[in-house]
Amino acid sequence: MIEYAWLIPLLPLVSFALIVFVTGRNRLLSAGISIAAIAASFVIAAGVGLEFLHNPETVEYGLPWVDVLGLRVEMGVLLDGISVLMLLIVTFIATLIQIYSLGYMHEDPGFSRYYSYMSLFAFSMLGLVVATNFLQLYIFFELVGLASYLLIGFWYEKHSAAEAAKKAFVTTRAGDFGLLLGILILFSLFGTFDFTELADRIAGFDNIPLLTLLTVLIFLGPVGKSAQVPLHVWLPDAMEGPTPVSALIHAATMVAAGVYLVARTYFLFANAPVALTVVAWVGGITALFAATIATAQDDIKRVLAYSTISQLGYMMLALGVGGFTASMFHLTTHAFFKALLFLGAGSVIIGLHHKQNIWEMGGLYKKMPITTVTFLVGSLALAGLFPFAGFWSKDSIFAVALEHGQVALYWLAVAAAFLTAFYTFRLFFVAFMGRPRSDHHAVESPPSMTGVLVILALFAIGVGFIGSPFIKEGFGHFIYFGKPHVEHLHMNIALTSTAVTLAGITLAWLVYSVRVTSFETLSVALKPAYLLLKNKYYIDEIYRWVGERVVEGFGFVLQWFDRTIIDGVVNGTGTLTEAIGRRLRVVHTGDLQTYALVILSGVALLFAILALVDPVKVLKLGGIL
Amino acid sequence: MVIDLNLLLPEIFTGLLGVGLLVLFFLWRGEGVVRAIGYLAAVGLAVAAVLAYGTVALDTSTLQGTWLADPLAGYFKVVFLLSGVMVALLSLSYLERLGESLAEFFILLVFLTLSMMVVISAGDLITLYLALEFQVITFAIMIGYRRREGAATEAALKYILLNAFSSAILLFGLSLLFGLSGTVDISGIAAAVSAGSPQPALYLAVIFVLAGLAFKVSLVPFHMWTPDVYQGAPTPITGFLAAGSKAAGFALLIRLFLTIFAPVSTVWTTVFVVLSVLTIILGNFVAVPQTNMKRLLAYASVGSAGYMIMGLIAADVTGVEGVLFYAFMNVLAILGAFGVAVVFANATGRDDIEAYAGLSKRSPLLALVMLLSTLSIAGIPGLAGFVAKFVIFWAIIDKGLVALALLGVVMSIVAVFYFLRIAKVMYVFEPKEETPIRVAPAARIVLVASMVLTLVLGIYPAPLLDLAREVALAVLR
Repeated sequence: MIEYAWLIPLLPLVSFALIVFVTGRNRLLSAGISIAAIAASFVIAAGVGLEFLHNPETVEYGLPWVDVLGLRVEMGVLLDGISVLMLLIVTFIATLIQIYSLGYMHEDPGFSRYYSYMSLFAFSMLGLVVATNFLQLYIFFELVGLASYLLIGFWYEKHSAAEAAKKAFVTTRAGDFGLLLGILILFSLFGTFDFTELADRIAGFDNIPLLTLLTVLIFLGPVGKSAQVPLHVWLPDAMEGPTPVSALIHAATMVAAGVYLVARTYFLFANAPVALTVVAWVGGITALFAATIATAQDDIKRVLAYSTISQLGYMMLALGVGGFTASMFHLTTHAFFKALLFLGAGSVIIGLHHKQNIWEMGGLYKKMPITTVTFLVGSLALAGLFPFAGFWSKDSIFAVALEHGQVALYWLAVAAAFLTAFYTFRLFFVAFMGRPRSDHHAVESPPSMTGVLVILALFAIGVGFIGSPFIKEGFGHFIYFGKPHVEHLHMNIALTSTAVTLAGITLAWLVYSVRVTSFETLSVALKPAYLLLKNKYYIDEIYRWVGERVVEGFGFVLQWFDRTIIDGVVNGTGTLTEAIGRRLRVVHTGDLQTYALVILSGVALLFAILALVDPVKVLKLGGIL
Repeated sequence: MVIDLNLLLPEIFTGLLGVGLLVLFFLWRGEGVVRAIGYLAAVGLAVAAVLAYGTVALDTSTLQGTWLADPLAGYFKVVFLLSGVMVALLSLSYLERLGESLAEFFILLVFLTLSMMVVISAGDLITLYLALEFQVITFAIMIGYRRREGAATEAALKYILLNAFSSAILLFGLSLLFGLSGTVDISGIAAAVSAGSPQPALYLAVIFVLAGLAFKVSLVPFHMWTPDVYQGAPTPITGFLAAGSKAAGFALLIRLFLTIFAPVSTVWTTVFVVLSVLTIILGNFVAVPQTNMKRLLAYASVGSAGYMIMGLIAADVTGVEGVLFYAFMNVLAILGAFGVAVVFANATGRDDIEAYAGLSKRSPLLALVMLLSTLSIAGIPGLAGFVAKFVIFWAIIDKGLVALALLGVVMSIVAVFYFLRIAKVMYVFEPKEETPIRVAPAARIVLVASMVLTLVLGIYPAPLLDLAREVALAVLR
């Protein structure tokens, strides 16, 4: 199967082209093609995965894309532990979500367009995963950004959606700019874009300042794409897109692309300890920071969005402290339970006819039993309670932080874990339990949606075991940097995290379910803190103020410069160009004799040039003539 | 003497095609004969192109060295035949409107293509010169094809007289070469030149040969004929001049200057640099005030020659690779642009740029093809023309000629300036007439194919670059 791995990204591209050019009018056919393509990609990916399990070897092949002048760039396929893992995750979840979308989107007039974008996204994401070099990676990194832009703004007639799409695009571009700079410096330093070649050449470059600089610049790309502080602001707004999109792109796969990029280029980071520290702290701060905001959000999708940011922070933190395996493991489990939670939220939103405020929900457990149970499973996995998936991956991150002596980061992560349990169950108790908080008539979603929820719920329970200490040659045996990772049972860590998680859940239960103290009194008592969190630390407002005052002020100066100086030069050039053109044109009379004369003068001119090169030669010519 | 006729297969096929069509034309004078012969010519030339592609890998000669079958010849034959196919298809709709539609147009076209193929396969100076004359005379007939129109006859007369003039100069150079080496055989002359010490007569030969060929590829100041002839000729033939004939000239420049004159390259590179500078400056600046589409494209094509000659200045594998790629890309872009001009003039009878106002509303296809073709000539990234210029600039920068590359970039911006003005006319201005323009199927094939290939080669140039590199390696071996 490995020799067919190039088909995995290509099939969705074919489906995209077919929908755009051929079947756009036929809704069901478009959806069918898209689902068939991604399912076929999944089958191939599964085949590749099985072969990889038998024979875990790195395979690389490609097509020369540009091959001139010592610059050789390939479009290729690189299959190793992390790319095979990502291929499996992306194709599997994308298949499920495209099936789920049949129910979720079936009344939408843009049904075919939706599936064409989904195919475009799948192509871009899979192309990114298998990239063999920085240039290919960058191209697909931008392409997923484009697909994300199109899907966030899918309902473009809605002003907020169009604005959110723009914000996502611009914010991530800021990070991509750093990424591009980093790649260019990297090329000037090493003379190649190829990952394998780079990994070979890096020896001897460790810890030189330029390497650190370029690595930090490259990290800016993931900061934007994986919504790390301070470029996290786009992700909550991205929830304007259809919910399956939020689940696939803005929870399970695309936002993980940043984490994947760091993992893919880990050989750079491993040789630049300063950059690694930056990664760890950005991740740690993001994990805690986003978790605090999540405790005060009212929109079901926004709670989940901040939760995603926080969990991505965990993955970055793990990478930063040297926990390559732990990070990839958390990426895997998170992909499943977060997709589950988003799709559960989607089911609720559809069931309530597009209500998203959790304070208008309540009592859903009676009307939507399947959604509620699966959502509970997802919540437990996210909170990280034994034996759900999140427990194993979160604990392996804690363990790695302690092992590498990062005590401060460890406690940061533990604090975030407490908050995670709290906000997750705040959401669960408010939205699903108790009595209805508004006059809603919730109905359970169709089987195409609940079926997917059940499948994902099973994974959210079980997927953690592949990386648990009980399995000898588990996750760490295939996915590692340097040498295979063996997971041990850390009893004290497991107990700490379980205690913290239970504390968080209990607190949420006390406040929002039993109501020992009412939520209202609490929010009054803690008003300043509550307002700060509710307004997301006013980050958006700060950015807006900076944007308006500083950027526009600067823009005003630039505008003046542009209008008077640049325009003057440009217009001047245009006028000059035309003037020169008109002057030169006069030579053209149409007269045959003139032309012949010019040709003869041309010959004379050539001799004159020759004379300038070396007068002696021309003197000799004179002798002959 | 054993003659391996396989080496002449594309030429034999093309020659028989021309004769066969001639016979068919005599036997069958019925309805639709022109159309049939036109399509047969296009298909036949396409088959010949496939045969010619089969000879790219060869590197040998026959007929005692008179006939070369090497990668350079094979590559350019494909280029000529491809332009021949495109011109034949474009002419189909052109001749319909001409009224006096005669099938001999296509028969001449086949022979014209054949003449170019012989030029590049010629292994000695006699064959070379005869083939060039064959080409010039056939071109002259086709340029003056609309014999009742003053502009056309004037163009043909100018072409033939000035060509005779430049041929005389070329012949003078060739005879000097014979005098220096005692042989007309190209490889023999090359051997004699590299064996003997450089002498003044050789420099004389360099200048005369260069002047003769500079006329064919319209390098400034030998370009004067170009705008007049381009404007007067039937538009498909103008396209053939700008695409095929120009490629033939560069094929010869590569053949002669990188073999025979290679030992004295320090002398002629300086001359080439001056010609290149003059050509890109004049070609691009004078294009700006043009009001006639064909004249504007003529000047743009003069400018192109200035870029191609840069590849010869580099005189290394990368440079030649760039010229080869440029020649191919130029066929697509020039014939795409002239193709639009043909279809447009058929529908409206006009060539002036003003008439193109609002073309995007009357025919989105025509406007798009014109836009992409012209931007490819200007060298916008993502299109084939960018790759061509990129490779050539890289080659000369590698030789330390940064200033020349910089001038090339600046002049490309001038090109963008006048081409975007056309884009503005086509896309922003309101059309004076609303009637949609119908694109005949034959022309549609050409336009769409040139557009698709321009895009594909812009995004994924590797296959053609690889081929060009192999040819370049063979040339410089």
